[in-house]
Amino acid sequence: MRLNAADLTALIGLCREQIEQHCERLGRLDSAIGDGDHGANMRRGLEAVYRERDAISALPLPAALERIGLVLVMSIGGAAGPLYGTLLMELGRGLAVGEEEADFAAILAQAVAAVARRGRSGPGDKTLLDVLYPVQAEIAGHAAPLRIAECARNAAQATEMMLARRGRASYLGARSIGHEDPGASSCALLTRAICLYFKENAPS
Amino acid sequence: MTPARIANVGIVIVSHSPLVAQGAADMVRQMVGDCVPLAWTGGNVEGGLGTHVAGILMAIEVAWSEAGVAVFVDLGGAETNSEMAVEMLGPARAAKVAICNAPLVEGAVVAAAEASGGSTLARVVATAEELSA
Repeated sequence: MRLNAADLTALIGLCREQIEQHCERLGRLDSAIGDGDHGANMRRGLEAVYRERDAISALPLPAALERIGLVLVMSIGGAAGPLYGTLLMELGRGLAVGEEEADFAAILAQAVAAVARRGRSGPGDKTLLDVLYPVQAEIAGHAAPLRIAECARNAAQATEMMLARRGRASYLGARSIGHEDPGASSCALLTRAICLYFKENAPS
Repeated sequence: MTPARIANVGIVIVSHSPLVAQGAADMVRQMVGDCVPLAWTGGNVEGGLGTHVAGILMAIEVAWSEAGVAVFVDLGGAETNSEMAVEMLGPARAAKVAICNAPLVEGAVVAAAEASGGSTLARVVATAEELSA
């Protein structure tokens, strides 16, 4: 997978648009089981990345991803900032040390593991990890972009029936069941935006 | 700034609410006056409820002591953001910062009292964490 500056600028724009469009819904999901700021926090983060898009896109891909991660950490706030930030920074670091034909799925697996350590959580805890794990598995299996996007959406929806074990939703105990996790939801939205771009623009 | 003050462990208070953070800091000051480096941060970058890494980094700088800094947090995001901030200090300085598993207000006051007597970071943290034992 090779991304040039134009690809990166386009992807940043698409991710920002996706969050902007669903900002209120993310806020509502978060209000149901958390503090209600996930939509606003994600929007602030994506806006910050968007403002820097030209400088970011001019960097080599590993450095660009690390920079995006740092901007997200500094701007999103809440637990989502360090979680998304860790994902992007670890992806960047992984690609930096990898060979030209580095296995993206393996690097993603490492980055997802770093997110799990950061959040001290794992599968089934009703977090964005419940989207990241199956997405990584699909990518490892060389699934087509649309299938990956669909998998992400289904995985986010599946968090609805989970009992939250991390974050503020965990304080609600059984009452967290029946609501989709906002972090999983934003993760599926971003996955979808990226996958649709790859379907339209990338040969692989 | 007296040498004694510089030598003591610093205290950082991180809350989602600036009012809570400032209030807890006021209670610490009432207890130990100026003899412990102290800083607080609360709220997101827009001033609403939340926490953010830049604010936490700045608070750690303000309360910095070569003896170390004990950080007190309220809810989950405050802890995750504080861990991120500590990592961003680099390994050498990060080793001198501890995020305490203790109640925000009681922990900070008890820790500051311990720090004001010149205790080590490990001792300050242990005293605060006894509250949650």
